[in-house]
Amino acid sequence: MRNTLKGLLFASPWLIGFLGLTLYPIVMSFYYGFTSFNAFQPPKFVGLDNYTELFHDDLFWKSMRNTLFITLLGTPLNLAFALLAALLLNLKVRGMAAYRTLFYMPTIVPIAASTLLWIWILNGQYGLLNTLLSKLGLYAPSWLGDPVYTKPSLLIMGVWAVGNVIVIFLAALQDVSAALYEAAEIDGASTLRKFFHITLPGISPIILFQLIMQLINGFQYFSQAYLVIGSSGGLNGAQIGGPENSLLLYAVYLYHNAFYYLKMGKASAMAWLMFICVGVVTWAVFKGAKKLVTYGGE
Amino acid sequence: MTGSAVRKLRASFASHTVLIVLSAIFVIPFLWLLGTSLKSLNEISLSNLTIIPRVFHWDNYARVFERIPYLRYTMNTLFVTVMSVIGQIISSSLVAYSLTKVEWKGRGIIFPIVVATMLLPFQVTMIPVYMIYQKLGLVGTYWPLIIPTFTGAPFYIFLLRQFFMTLPDTLIQAARIDGANEWKIFSRIVMPLCRPALAAVGIFTFLYTWSDFLGPLLYLNDNAKYTLTLGLQAFMAEHYTEWDLLMAASAMFTLPIIVMFFFAQKYFIEGITLTGIKG
Repeated sequence: MRNTLKGLLFASPWLIGFLGLTLYPIVMSFYYGFTSFNAFQPPKFVGLDNYTELFHDDLFWKSMRNTLFITLLGTPLNLAFALLAALLLNLKVRGMAAYRTLFYMPTIVPIAASTLLWIWILNGQYGLLNTLLSKLGLYAPSWLGDPVYTKPSLLIMGVWAVGNVIVIFLAALQDVSAALYEAAEIDGASTLRKFFHITLPGISPIILFQLIMQLINGFQYFSQAYLVIGSSGGLNGAQIGGPENSLLLYAVYLYHNAFYYLKMGKASAMAWLMFICVGVVTWAVFKGAKKLVTYGGE
Repeated sequence: MTGSAVRKLRASFASHTVLIVLSAIFVIPFLWLLGTSLKSLNEISLSNLTIIPRVFHWDNYARVFERIPYLRYTMNTLFVTVMSVIGQIISSSLVAYSLTKVEWKGRGIIFPIVVATMLLPFQVTMIPVYMIYQKLGLVGTYWPLIIPTFTGAPFYIFLLRQFFMTLPDTLIQAARIDGANEWKIFSRIVMPLCRPALAAVGIFTFLYTWSDFLGPLLYLNDNAKYTLTLGLQAFMAEHYTEWDLLMAASAMFTLPIIVMFFFAQKYFIEGITLTGIKG
């Protein structure tokens, strides 16, 4: 009994936060989704109106497609790149500490600064990338002006700052038992065989966890897109989502509905749809990965 | 030389080459940032590939201070950041202590919920939380950014829990037998032993708050209260062609973080691996 009191007291910061800033808001957000609500007058119940409105809203579907594009391409890209980088950083060569530092550095740059830097590098006229491409005689697209290239631009920015995943993969690689590799070497296994039969199974739980985190973060992708949209001379009326709304991501459209149009009900409905999507995807990935992931015996 | 020595040398050469090329991809944007921040607008518009400016325009940095209240933004950001670091260290360690060193039934219920909330998208709670702060009259102040840090974040609770679990229970039991109360055990024994983990929490919180964009965007509407991220964004929206000044401002914004990183690299890496692995 005394222990229960002690436990509750020590956990109280979290308990208060969980009840007030998580659980209550989750319930309220669900409720708001069925109301017409502009943040100033009390919410008015409208049934499924917000949801029907969303399903007939072209911009909603556009934002969904844009987000799927970023998530479905960005996730494998980031994971594959991070794994490759981690494998390289796990080699036994001199100067490794310096390489590791350099690989990680971009990750700690504040998003506002790194996005601004990339907007400059990807600048169609004076940017570093296009200067380089045109010097090489290659096609130099208008990265942030041409709707075809805006999302790939975001993917480039993402890969550049994937250091956290690299560090986690690297630690996982170092945890794989050396005895397994030694045994494989005695049996004369090739590097590729060792990778697919020892390394990959050994780090598969970590890959799964990172896969899920990447997918969840993908759905919530906001800041970089918002900053890029705002950089092209401010938000000029019709184009809330950059060139041809190509950067109108789900979270960006949700934010606009909530805080520009003050359609809090519609935005809450969007939030709950996102919640459901994230839940279903996480569950499906867990289920689907069950056979592919090897958990070491502990 | 024997065949295998040659092969080894070749392999080492190949790996260094790949590592150097990748390092360059990571580092050149930084150099480009610094280079641009020191060039004149004239030189920038020549679009050549030289990173080192012909004439160093250190005055670009001084001009940033004339154009935006950079010092003020820095002080604002520091205030929010320091408060958040304090809040996060206190609250997360209290909760982690409850989950590891106090024997009670609730901890078996709380921990899975803590982990589950890590997966909860920010947007699901964003609007109702905003409404709470609006009702309390706190929109436009720093409180909506600071209050949540005093309730512990799942990520840091998780990190500290992993660390607390490595502390031997015998140590705590011995103190209990000696008559120390729970608070004394927590503050005098557990906390001092956990400095590395607490440092990691402090550094992550510092980094997160220093860089946070969405939080300030939601809650700060008065230019005088802007943090650096918002100040930078407003500057970009208005002067999106003055790349010399924009890059100088970005460089000043990034520098403290890079310096901190070099001093605290160890804690960074330990913290990340502690949470990324033992899931």
